[in-house]
Amino acid sequence: MLEIRNLHAHVDGHEILKGINLTVNAGEVHSIMGPNGSGKSTLAQVLAGRDTYEVTEGEIIYKGQNILELSPDERACEGIFLAFQYPVEIPGVTTSYFLRAAVNAMRKHRGEEALDAMDFLKIIKEKAKLVKLDTKLLSRAINEGFSGGEKKRNEIFQMAVLEPTLAILDETDSGLDIDALKIVAEGVNTLRSKDRATIIVTHYQRLLDYIVPDFVHVLVDGKIAHSGGKELALELEAKGYAWISDDVNNGAAVAS
Amino acid sequence: MSVANMTKSKDTFLTHFEQLENQGSGAAAWLLPTRKAAFARFAEDGFPTTRDEDWRYTNVAPIAGGSFTRGCEVESKVTTKQIEPFLFTDDCMLLVCINGQYMSELSQLGEIPEGLVVCNLSEAAQSHSDIVEAHLARVASTKQAPLAALNTAMMDDGLFVYIKKGVTVTKPIHILFLTDADNGAVSTHPRNLIVAEASSQVSVVETYGTLSGKSHFTNAATEIIALDNAHVFHYRLQCESEDAYHVSTMQIHQHRDSQVHAFGMSLGSALVRNNIATVLDGPGGHCSLGGLYLVDGTQHVDNFLTVDHAKPNCTSREFFKGVLQGEGKGIFRGRIIVRKDAQKTDAVQTNRSLLLSDKAMVESKPQLEILADDVKCTHGATIGQINEDELFYLQTRGINEQAARSLLVFAFASECLSDVRIESLRKHLSKRLLTRLPHGELLGDS
Ligand SMILES: Nc1ncnc2c1ncn2[C@@H]1O[C@H](COP(=O)(O)OP(=O)(O)OP(=O)(O)O)[C@@H](O)[C@H]1O
Ligand SMILES: [Mg+2]
Repeated sequence: MLEIRNLHAHVDGHEILKGINLTVNAGEVHSIMGPNGSGKSTLAQVLAGRDTYEVTEGEIIYKGQNILELSPDERACEGIFLAFQYPVEIPGVTTSYFLRAAVNAMRKHRGEEALDAMDFLKIIKEKAKLVKLDTKLLSRAINEGFSGGEKKRNEIFQMAVLEPTLAILDETDSGLDIDALKIVAEGVNTLRSKDRATIIVTHYQRLLDYIVPDFVHVLVDGKIAHSGGKELALELEAKGYAWISDDVNNGAAVAS
Repeated sequence: MSVANMTKSKDTFLTHFEQLENQGSGAAAWLLPTRKAAFARFAEDGFPTTRDEDWRYTNVAPIAGGSFTRGCEVESKVTTKQIEPFLFTDDCMLLVCINGQYMSELSQLGEIPEGLVVCNLSEAAQSHSDIVEAHLARVASTKQAPLAALNTAMMDDGLFVYIKKGVTVTKPIHILFLTDADNGAVSTHPRNLIVAEASSQVSVVETYGTLSGKSHFTNAATEIIALDNAHVFHYRLQCESEDAYHVSTMQIHQHRDSQVHAFGMSLGSALVRNNIATVLDGPGGHCSLGGLYLVDGTQHVDNFLTVDHAKPNCTSREFFKGVLQGEGKGIFRGRIIVRKDAQKTDAVQTNRSLLLSDKAMVESKPQLEILADDVKCTHGATIGQINEDELFYLQTRGINEQAARSLLVFAFASECLSDVRIESLRKHLSKRLLTRLPHGELLGDS
């Protein structure tokens, strides 16, 4: 489904991603861990099409197509979804209003008719229930005045409504209490299927108790320094990242 | 402006005035001296130039130099169907003026509630001459206001509203001024008078639109008198053609504890100048003046406000927003006067602009003249651009860049609409706004 080949990305003249290689097949869940500032969010944003990062080398093949030339909305219409580490507050636009515009933009892309207000309402009520999001929040401006947990749940709620093929979750678990964490995990697991894939960026093994990954990768200084199975997350939790950084420095990085 | 142009424009309107004088019956005979005095004033002052401080940023030379036919000289056959796009509800009292003339067959007043007089101004000048004479052209000064003087001299028909003491009118009153300039540029001078007696309440909507043709000149004036504890809600939509010239004067006089809420939206014409002035002439009064405008191409909108706190314990709120694209220009000038006696004045002025292009220009100038010492008076102006993080967020949800931009512009602009209390009107205004934005249809109704 997704193949990242030798991806290099710059911002303001600094190289942040220094040759990422990663293959994600349909049906898989991959977890990306790594120290602060190693480039995890950069990778997530580049996948979603953020143009403040300049891709200087490499390619991103998604469903057999190099998507580097596609705009963020085109990528979204092709099924890529990013749950933001720091969801943006947008005053003046209510979540339900904007989400309906989003759903209809995607339906238009697929050649389907626009959903009317009633059908749309049915869907969002159902999905809000799934992630236990108070529907009152949906008539408020996007994320404005939402608590940290509400913002994250709003991301998962949007994911549930938009049903992406490839979901990228950037630290959706950070700052969540255990109940909220379970809700997020349930949202992801409900969507899990043989046609979809998920990339989960996290610092904490805890989330992975609920969403069991097929692969765990460690990103260090813009490169994937180490990859393994779900047990790698436990090892990282116990030992930290230092031993892997040493690996990198010794040129012993293992690419997936 | 060249001298030749000046002469020509004066000639144009002098001819218009002579025609009017000869017809004699424009409205009631008692009005003629008022018209004459106003015209003399206009003839003396002439059109303002950018050397006049109040008109520094707005050059009316295209109006002064234009040639216009008096609206009422132009025959126009308009059907109910043609006015439909300008209506926001069936549930209102509707008056329609085409090219400055009242059209009773297009108007629908329905059953007029007890304690309310609503009709066209020229009828009122006869049927309620006492009230009209007591107020008309008394509030809107012609001094240093040449366009207001021209309106008073030339005034066409318009709205007359009189609400008796203690009466609350629930149905909104809507007056529609439409111009049919199919056979060349016309000029109109709509004139409205609203008198709200003590403790009464009323909502009035004025819409200015173009039916056909492009360039025309509308020079409108509205006077509002709010007596003790009266509540007046006033809304104004200016959606004339992109080549139209529009000058408006709104003069409000507020007595003790009265409240006036006025909001206006300008969707862009070649040149728009709104003179809005209120005098808080009794303690405990409140006024809120709101405005929203959108300019594109080389359009120009100038909002010129004066809030005069003449008595103590009054509050005023000014909230104006502008969206500027292309080489559009937006001017905001807000004068707040706090007289010596006006202690405990609380005045807030806010002007926010969203610049969507490098070539657009905003000029925002507060002017505070505070003569009392115990007052709260704040003003703030911000100029912003589209936030790239917000744009990216919307795009990652499948909304294309242009639609996402429109959505953000709409969000910025529609904040102003939240104060519009008539729901059907709020929807109508937001629809009008959306049609002006690229991919507005994708955003649907809110
Ligand atoms: N505009 C910029 N100019 C220079 N450096 C930048 C810029 N934006 C990001 N960076 C740097 O890029 C690096 C990678 O940042 P990124 O947000 O991808 O890290 P991360 O792995 O997601 O970290 P965290 O775990 O804290 O979320 C950081 O060192 C950051 O300071
Ligand atoms: Mg990050």
